[in-house]
Amino acid sequence: MNTADFEFLASILKQRSGLVLAPEKAYLLESRLMPVARKFGFAGLPELIVTVRKERPEELLRDITEAMTTNESLFFRDMKPFDQFRNLVVPKLVESRQSTRRIRIWSAAASSGQEPYSIAIILMEMQSLLAGWDVEITATDISVEMLNRARSGLYTQFEVQRGLPIATLVKYFKQVGEKWRLDAGVRSMVKFKEFNLLDDPAALGRFDIVFCRNVLIYFDQQTKAEVLARIAKAMPGDGVLYLGGAETVLGITDRFVPITGHRGMYGIAGGEPALKSA
Amino acid sequence: MKTCLVVDDSKVIRMVARKILEELNFSVVEAEDGKVALEACKSRLPDGVLLDWNMPVMDGIEFLNELRALPGGERVAVVFCTTENDLQHIQDALAAGANEYIMKPFDSEIIQTKFSQVGLI
Repeated sequence: MNTADFEFLASILKQRSGLVLAPEKAYLLESRLMPVARKFGFAGLPELIVTVRKERPEELLRDITEAMTTNESLFFRDMKPFDQFRNLVVPKLVESRQSTRRIRIWSAAASSGQEPYSIAIILMEMQSLLAGWDVEITATDISVEMLNRARSGLYTQFEVQRGLPIATLVKYFKQVGEKWRLDAGVRSMVKFKEFNLLDDPAALGRFDIVFCRNVLIYFDQQTKAEVLARIAKAMPGDGVLYLGGAETVLGITDRFVPITGHRGMYGIAGGEPALKSA
Repeated sequence: MKTCLVVDDSKVIRMVARKILEELNFSVVEAEDGKVALEACKSRLPDGVLLDWNMPVMDGIEFLNELRALPGGERVAVVFCTTENDLQHIQDALAAGANEYIMKPFDSEIIQTKFSQVGLI
């Protein structure tokens, strides 16, 4: 792929999803867009690019964006954030939300569903503490295809082995041929919605806990700051934000502050975090 | 350095597992069936066992039962690693006292995750 074509496709991705594609990732365009080219009947990427330049067909632009924004997802990724969620954050919110008995959680880049379903499994295990509570998990992603995959709750053997303890697999999944399907009760706890992180999340409502892990790394500094500012507006003063292990708010925004001693967790600046620094 | 006993009748699988585990800083001992593995455990209990199911002489489940009966054998973390990937086999392994279960094929990330889940890493 020549530089002009790479820059053209990269600019479309930036505009539509915020994703910044570095030149050394040009190989990703080729590997991920070939299936899109085939789907639309093009002989190869050059023909696809010509059509995009001339006609900018919405359906094709959408599929290109989806193909490039699909990221790997794991159950209970990095484990520790989920342990903290189970052992510290939820119990603390149960204390502070006694009057409303309502907790809203947002998985902001849900991909194929492993993150929101990990959250749902934990909450399922905490049923005795949460009896009579209204706990909502909203899972969003830019990719309709990924959301449909996530809704199906169907995972390959490889996917269920990455992060999911075997006892949890046995308890909450059924084997369907070569794949494993998550229990309908757990699936029903998660509401999936199409959402672009470049848009205003106000319509989604307010969230006590936001998981936005391993997605900011694909954005430039300004986009990161804008996304984080919008997320902050959607959270109460004692809300908790989870970012990925390689991500931070430092030097990007002053809307969030790290919760000391709890790597990857952030509170609202000037707020009263549900979880105190350790 | 923690020790891991790799029990599999396939020399290739043992080699691949050894390479992955040594990169994770384990000292690796190999055994080609359950009986050889049991003898190794009798002379020195490892911290963990990566265990195949189907092997000649003594299979994985029989080995696991014998291991758990050894003094201190209940403390060894046992991770099955087998082509038996149906729910019934998994349930049988857990009932026999397996700590985790890997369905072949596997890669280093899966081994690392499972070993971490059983506290070996």
